[in-house]
Amino acid sequence: MDNVISLDGILGLGELKAPDTAPPASAASGCSSSSCGSSDGPADMAPEVWEKVKNHPCYSEEAHHYFARMHVAVAPACNIQCNYCNRKYDCSNESRPGVVSEKLTPDQAIRKILAVAKEIPQLSVIGIAGPGDSLAAGGRNTFATFEQLQKKAPDLKLCLSTNGLALPDHVERIAQYNIDHVTITINMVDPEVGQHIYPWIFHGHRRWTGLDAAKILHERQMLGLEMLTARGILVKVNSVMIPGINDEHLLEVNRQVKARGAFLHNIMPLISDPAHGTQFGLTGQRGPTAQELKVVQDACEGGAKLMRHCRQCRADAVGLLGEDRGAEFTIDRIEAMGEVDYDDEARRSYREHVEAERAGRAVSKAAAKAEVQDSVGAQAAPILIAVATKGGERINEHFGHAREFQIYEVGPQGATFVGHRRVDQYCEGGSGDEDALDGVLAAINDCTAVLVAKIGGCPSKSLQAAGIEPVDRFAFEYIEESALAYFKDYAGRLSRGAVSVRAGQDAVIRTGALTALRA
Amino acid sequence: MAYKIKASDCTACGACEAECPNIAISFKKGTYVIDPVKCTECQGHFDAPQCAAVCPADCCVPA
Repeated sequence: MDNVISLDGILGLGELKAPDTAPPASAASGCSSSSCGSSDGPADMAPEVWEKVKNHPCYSEEAHHYFARMHVAVAPACNIQCNYCNRKYDCSNESRPGVVSEKLTPDQAIRKILAVAKEIPQLSVIGIAGPGDSLAAGGRNTFATFEQLQKKAPDLKLCLSTNGLALPDHVERIAQYNIDHVTITINMVDPEVGQHIYPWIFHGHRRWTGLDAAKILHERQMLGLEMLTARGILVKVNSVMIPGINDEHLLEVNRQVKARGAFLHNIMPLISDPAHGTQFGLTGQRGPTAQELKVVQDACEGGAKLMRHCRQCRADAVGLLGEDRGAEFTIDRIEAMGEVDYDDEARRSYREHVEAERAGRAVSKAAAKAEVQDSVGAQAAPILIAVATKGGERINEHFGHAREFQIYEVGPQGATFVGHRRVDQYCEGGSGDEDALDGVLAAINDCTAVLVAKIGGCPSKSLQAAGIEPVDRFAFEYIEESALAYFKDYAGRLSRGAVSVRAGQDAVIRTGALTALRA
Repeated sequence: MAYKIKASDCTACGACEAECPNIAISFKKGTYVIDPVKCTECQGHFDAPQCAAVCPADCCVPA
């Protein structure tokens, strides 16, 4: 167990505590977790669905604290063009979908997976997400990879993402390889909207443009979605939010994909920069702000369940969400390792450890929520708080070392995860960088407080000057319980007039790189 | 009567190789190339050359 713990940032200094006393068996049923509603915990889904997603970092918000995924870039070909994608751009310092630093053959992919699985026991999912479409070019590389993998590491779950154009042709094979999860990128359910997103598609041996292209793509996406859900394969829908083009339309997308059985809907902000050379980047199409994104996500509550912890990973990302270790596993290094044996012992014991840890959580979250409801009542308005964490559902990152902050909305109804905000590290080698600090302030400007494991005097003062309270008294504690305890204290001060409500702020979504490793 | 691939624009994605009805496209030295002897510009097979129609980088052009 020791080597499991030391292998990753999840568990470090003082962070690993014995799980709380085991809860009664009924603890996980009913609405005992404050995650009810927007996030996906065991409490608000069918047992068979929970069984499929509980160790999937992308499909389960809870799992993303504990489990890692790996994308293998074996599918470079694409059969459609999207205005937010540039096929010619390819750079290791970019962190966004469709970008990889090296393409793999299926054989290389298998070697890499086995090497990574040995190094990272948190690994639970192998996905194929491009850099093109996983089902373009007949899906040959995708299925060749899955076929071998199923034999060599049967405990790893398989998933793929696709634009859906070729999906109806491949549902049979997807089922055959036990692929439990499929992600379809659906940005519209109206071809009038779609023609502004897709300049062309290649279907039926010809290139289609304009309204015809969008109509075919839409019909194929809906057919593929229905075929998958009819077979009990979980489907997540990704949508790119493009202000002025499909922002309001996404509510209709949410309704329609839910009606067809999509299990989770992930609304992501458009990543747009002229330097990326995408059509949208060149025409100056902007991405949404944090507030705009949240408004659309909130409006979709009640429809298909929303996913909010997406990191818009590279198509060759490795490791926990938010911490890309892809650069450690280049082809050269994998080749140098020689033959890698298959061994799932470390992964099995890690999963047992997580099971034990999880058992105690439901009870302690429910207790924290009940305490807030008792003492605060329902009057206080919810607030946003930022949390510096490197996983394990704990506040375990130094303010200056954080590459991203997780944002929680906390109020009398409990603490729910809203999203993450990527930032430059403030602290590079000991001294703070003022520009980076401004970036952090812009990214968490809508928050009332920031919960950290540790923070220095200067950034602390700057945060206070900006009206954001730095809080380090919950260092290494669980996030949700701490957020509720903070809220209880905050509501008390609010009612005494010691603090005032900080509202009406917006924050900047930063879409830069998240590839460098922790020093 | 043949197409070629502009190597400078090719992203080596391989979409063309899968679509070519004549198996005229192969991967050589980091890029895809079209064998001009085998290429028929898809006449008799399809309305348009398949490599050009599927190429996401628009780099398949008449030789």
